[in-house]
Amino acid sequence: MSINIDLSNKKGIIFGVANQRSIAWAISEKLMEAGAELAFTYLDDRLLKNINSLLKDRDNLLLKCDANNESDVHNVMEKFKSKHGEIDFIIHSIAFANREDLGGDFSNLSKEGFSLALETSSYTLITIARQASKYFSQTGGSVISMTFDASNRVYPGYNVMGIAKAALENINRQLSAEYGPRKIRFNSISAGPLPSLSARSIPGFTEMRKAHEQRSPIKRPITHEEVANTALFLVSDLSTGITGSIIPVDGGYGIIAL
Amino acid sequence: MASVLEKIQEITAEKLSVDIEDIKPESSFTEDLEADSLDVVELIMALEEEFSTDGQTIEISDEDAENIRTVQNAVDFITSKGIE
Repeated sequence: MSINIDLSNKKGIIFGVANQRSIAWAISEKLMEAGAELAFTYLDDRLLKNINSLLKDRDNLLLKCDANNESDVHNVMEKFKSKHGEIDFIIHSIAFANREDLGGDFSNLSKEGFSLALETSSYTLITIARQASKYFSQTGGSVISMTFDASNRVYPGYNVMGIAKAALENINRQLSAEYGPRKIRFNSISAGPLPSLSARSIPGFTEMRKAHEQRSPIKRPITHEEVANTALFLVSDLSTGITGSIIPVDGGYGIIAL
Repeated sequence: MASVLEKIQEITAEKLSVDIEDIKPESSFTEDLEADSLDVVELIMALEEEFSTDGQTIEISDEDAENIRTVQNAVDFITSKGIE
């Protein structure tokens, strides 16, 4: 007998597909393969065009949403409910920082740049959790966000996003404590460097990837699919005992000191 | 077979939604073709994909990417990898 992860009774919302190299897209493909029904949010027409070309002929619900705008997020939940009913899972894969706040000296960070990065990359998890909370299924739900090791350790160039990821991880824990009694679980995947559009925008990204190749126990960069497989597990009922956790999918890089 | 320049013009037209006739070797991606910072990253990644083969992976480091400002810069980088 084999164990199969079947998500054909699960429905959820994906925040943060930008193009075919997005981690959110790799996760989406995997969840759809397992039978889940997905709705996608998009920020603007350019990203809508990208999502449409990725989805080909599928007729998924596509919802315009600036996650920094709470009424947009509320709308997403309402429209999802009209089409699909209750929510089983949410993927949060949203982050943004001004170009000038990535790379260069960390201490040059402006107050505005700090706010923008943390509002977009961290606070949105709170907005989404608050707005989604009353739409979750009675049987519970799973919310997955994407973090990075720079929340804890210094990666030159990652700068303001390091603060944003540290905040995101804390938010992940606090939401997990608050919503645990309602069986809504929050976990964050700490992936090794993957060449997504946003990751490649970080100065020093190619160095990070090289360091992983040379120093991680598995001696190669991780793949999009490895992150997607972990997300699949975290969405499924196989992981109902896990909440508030940061799950590293980093080929063991985090354990190596030298 | 399409030349490196022609391939780069095609990719640029697609990624930046500009007319291929407007893409000259001397065109600057950000100034003439109005690419924003994410467009540039997308373009760099598309170049890596287009010109990588089973035998040769093209990787454009951050430093190299910074020096790719015009279409001709991109052509020069790709041809420097022995691709024609």
